Amino acid sequence: MKALQELARKLLEDKTVSVVIGYEEGPHGVRPAFITKPDQADRLIFDPRCVHNLATFLSPRRSHLVTLGKKAVVVKGCDARAVAGLVRETQIKREDVVVIGVRCGGVTGDPMGDGKLTEKNVAPRCAVCDVREPKLADHLVGELPPAPPTPKGPDMVAKLDAMTPEERWAFWQKELERCVRCHACREVCPMCFCERCIADKSMPQWIESSAHPRANLSWQMTRVLHMAGRCVGCGECVRACPANIPLGLILKKVAAVVEERYGYRVSDDPSVPAPIGTYRLDDKQEFIL
Amino acid sequence: MSATTTSEAKGFQPRIVAFVCNWCTYTGADLAGTSRLQMASIVRIIRLPCTGRIDPLFIIKAFERGADGVIVSGCHPADCHYTAGNYHARRRFAVAREIFDFMGIDPRRITFSWVSASEGGKWAEVVNDTTARVRELGPFTAYREMAARTA
Repeated sequence: MKALQELARKLLEDKTVSVVIGYEEGPHGVRPAFITKPDQADRLIFDPRCVHNLATFLSPRRSHLVTLGKKAVVVKGCDARAVAGLVRETQIKREDVVVIGVRCGGVTGDPMGDGKLTEKNVAPRCAVCDVREPKLADHLVGELPPAPPTPKGPDMVAKLDAMTPEERWAFWQKELERCVRCHACREVCPMCFCERCIADKSMPQWIESSAHPRANLSWQMTRVLHMAGRCVGCGECVRACPANIPLGLILKKVAAVVEERYGYRVSDDPSVPAPIGTYRLDDKQEFIL
Repeated sequence: MSATTTSEAKGFQPRIVAFVCNWCTYTGADLAGTSRLQMASIVRIIRLPCTGRIDPLFIIKAFERGADGVIVSGCHPADCHYTAGNYHARRRFAVAREIFDFMGIDPRRITFSWVSASEGGKWAEVVNDTTARVRELGPFTAYREMAARTA
């Protein structure tokens, strides 16, 4: 933590960056912090409650943050994939951001609480984590903590796959019924970078803005398809959802489909091309007559 | 045709929407028509510049507005008027199709095909196959009821 604060102070003092985006203790648990003055650097912390994916603040659609100037951002291994994703899709330039990597031993699913990792509260993404040390980092801080406990639970994707289309339909209708169309899933997402979302367009209105079941299905399906080969699996949409819709399930499914068909696995290497938007002449087309 | 067969045939007339590319399938469908090929007359064709222009959202919208089946068709690989639109579409629809399935929309309601400008016969086949398949599946009541729900 000391190393993180020292590094942030140095970056701000020598004007390498004008803001360091990290984590701080807030009145309700850990929250994102925007440090612009060297003497504020000691507010920065990193512990298992630092669940937020701060790469989302790099997205160019956040024009109010673009005006802050050059940024340094604190990322975990999983968050680094989002930075790589933004670079891959030419939303930001790699040299325009200083990546401060933190070695991570897993995070809790909730930024509040005492920060002790257990099988119960560990974030689901930590179960499949293979990058506890972000490779993309310009600076790497902290010691590598022990590996996180593995969360337990049934494989819901496999369970759904085994159902009939009618059962799956019923399952999703019940889940999506709760959607209030607050679009928190989109707002928190580091990879939802469209300046103007199709869900906000009204002429023509492709996706109705009301929380009607047909609009909810249309919205979630569209979002998921836009996330194909783009979702970094950070789970922020799941955390942000006030209706507890299992968005992670469908995003996991789409990632599995993309991996199976195009051999693409979410990567923290910006030079790996995105699977949707590129093609191979010999792509499988068994479903086309 | 006797009265009974007519009414049987009219028992369920599925609504099928076809999103086709201007350069191959639309011309192929035109050829099927000018060649006076027999095919189901219940397909509504929507002409688009290229399969690359067809967003999976179009399919969702079609179901929302009461379609029972959807056809997406365009130029064969290597034949795209815009060089690569169909290659992009192929990837997009391969993924979309599995997600439709995962959300409970039976993928048998959606047909993807490559029909060139000279394949009028193939177009008639695609239309007839899809119509028969959707007829067997019956009306897409689940989607329609959901879309028509009030409060």
